Amino acid sequence: MTKITTENYVAEARKAIKNQVLQRALADLQNRFGRGTAECYRQLPEGPDLRLKAHEIRMKTIENLDVVLETLAANILKNGGHVFFAKDSRAAVDYCLEVARRHQVRRVVKGKSMVSEEIDLNAALMDAGIEVSETDLGEYIIQLAGETPSHIIAPAIHKTRNDVGSLFAAKLDIPYEDDPPKLTWIARKALRQKFLAADMGTSGCNIACAETGHITTVSNEGNIRMSTTLPKVHMAFMGMERVAARLEDHDILLRLLCRGAAAQNMATYVSYIGGPRQADQVDGPQEFHLVILDNGRSRILADAEFREMLCCIRCAACLNVCPVYAKIGGHSYGYAYTGPVGAVVTPLLVGINRAKDLCLGETLCGACQEACAVNIDLPRMLLALRAKLAEGDPAWGVKPADRKEKLLWQAWSMMIRKRTVYDFVLRLAALVQKLMPQRDGMIRRLPPPVSGWTQGRDLRPLAKESFIQRWRKGF
Amino acid sequence: MSNEQPVTLFIQCIVDTHYPAVAEAMVRVLRRLGISLTCPGDQTCCGQPAFNSGYRRQARTAAQHFIEVFENSEIIVCPSGSCVNMVRHHYAELFQNDSQWLARARNLARRTYEFSEYLVDVLRVEALGARFDGRVTYHDSCHLLRGIGVRQQPRTLLQHVSGMDFIEMRDSDYCCGFGGTFSVKYPDISDAMVTDKAKNIMATKADAVVGCDMGCLMNIRGKLSRLGSDIKVMHLAQILAC
Repeated sequence: MTKITTENYVAEARKAIKNQVLQRALADLQNRFGRGTAECYRQLPEGPDLRLKAHEIRMKTIENLDVVLETLAANILKNGGHVFFAKDSRAAVDYCLEVARRHQVRRVVKGKSMVSEEIDLNAALMDAGIEVSETDLGEYIIQLAGETPSHIIAPAIHKTRNDVGSLFAAKLDIPYEDDPPKLTWIARKALRQKFLAADMGTSGCNIACAETGHITTVSNEGNIRMSTTLPKVHMAFMGMERVAARLEDHDILLRLLCRGAAAQNMATYVSYIGGPRQADQVDGPQEFHLVILDNGRSRILADAEFREMLCCIRCAACLNVCPVYAKIGGHSYGYAYTGPVGAVVTPLLVGINRAKDLCLGETLCGACQEACAVNIDLPRMLLALRAKLAEGDPAWGVKPADRKEKLLWQAWSMMIRKRTVYDFVLRLAALVQKLMPQRDGMIRRLPPPVSGWTQGRDLRPLAKESFIQRWRKGF
Repeated sequence: MSNEQPVTLFIQCIVDTHYPAVAEAMVRVLRRLGISLTCPGDQTCCGQPAFNSGYRRQARTAAQHFIEVFENSEIIVCPSGSCVNMVRHHYAELFQNDSQWLARARNLARRTYEFSEYLVDVLRVEALGARFDGRVTYHDSCHLLRGIGVRQQPRTLLQHVSGMDFIEMRDSDYCCGFGGTFSVKYPDISDAMVTDKAKNIMATKADAVVGCDMGCLMNIRGKLSRLGSDIKVMHLAQILAC
């Protein structure tokens, strides 16, 4: 399993906020993709409400996932492929290693896949002595740097061309170069060798289709097509929710996926992969394997409150509009899934207490839902997670996150029931605030637990008289 | 105009305790339209802070109190989009397992309006004869905009204020970083967000930034004050009362 660092949310966020290069990159990203995606939705022939239809499609599939997955598996087998249902990361990785061993695989090329990050496939393959090469340009950069992706579809968004220039010079033993087209050529040249030498290719799966028994991959670099067709074995990894029942549904989702991911009507390379090379075909792998990963998803499926999260098609449109992501970047989320999708799905996958800052450290502004290709109500689920943290929940193994805070809210709920008590507390607070340092009628410093407010802001003090008091006096 | 239904004032707690002048401005605007007003003296808080923090039992207590206080009112008007969003959308969630309270909550939700929404969509009023000499920009509060879908109403009202030079800021619909308790629990992130907001406001060279929710405006005002800016931060009602 990949390293989980969700506990470092606050510290990592602070680091990211201070990183001016990252701040500029994130602002550019949102400016370009956030606005662009909204415009793409508006221009859909069916109108932006296609997102709502897609939500219905997704929910219906999720509610019938057992049947849909069975159909998918049966059709993949019929097309000559292999299917493996992995209950967790370990099972998925072991299956991959077993197939690799059987084919005496020495070199693997990878198309970008967040599920492979989730199960930490690279580390497992390398431990088995297999060379792994990421082939998405961003992922390739990240791999050379020994880092993890900071954005679901733009993994190296935190790197400048100068960073990449220095990295390539050091790792590829070439003279320093920071012209992006030239850097791309350098990567392309290096990666061509990898593609030609690889004996196994891995990929994710953007959407599978049960009716046809195929998986679809999208990319803008063509690397996934090469990873999945050149080596003799292709193994694709998918979260068990990434499936459409019918081709008609699949096509709607694919169109929305491209708009959500990169503000494109269609990605540059879209591959429908329907199994291994057939007898009458000249291209394609000899073997095709599809690994369908559970790894905690069944538990999400079983809970009506969170089932909606399985609608997510990982387009990352929510990252491109989230004002919190815009400040803290992807690494703060401490797991493969970042931004608003990470804030909900990561606690559900790795433990709600462990990842509590992800769901508490958001403003509930709702921009994510508006950007979501399938209109997932992420704020509703953030609130549901917070409710679990407040009260605890044995079914999810959640302990109350902060008992002192709970007592405060308990006291608060007694106060708001009676205006007389409320007014009394207000009078008391008005007395206490006189002790706070003020300037120009604004409080400059507050004590804990509210000191955070005045860290970078002033506070308007309580009025001498509340409006209700003035009204009573006959305003 | 005096045949309008009487309005019951639902005063957001932040307005009640920190910004009574905002409520007074709202009262002046509504009275000018000949509307008779009542204001229940028992009201406290709609429960949103507890709900957003996950404390649903405590939020339910607040919601029940709110329903009891406002149940007999015909039209309820509030100077905050997020409080209206709470009553309109989240009360139903709080009482999903309690059909009696759910019915009472739904009944109340239908009669609760945000101030600018009430003026433009219910009263069909756009020009209020207000005057403000200066340049003004507008901040879209998240729950007002995405929660209850109010984008154009405040702008329409502002466009009818004479003497005003209205200018849109960059990213007016980006969250200011308030987020209720988020602002004290995650001060670094909140501060980074409101810093961006303050920069976008200052870049317009506006004399005043206007909004429809004092939660956000308290945050924005707090940042502008810390940055030493003298840009006025005003609730829409305060401009309309001018």
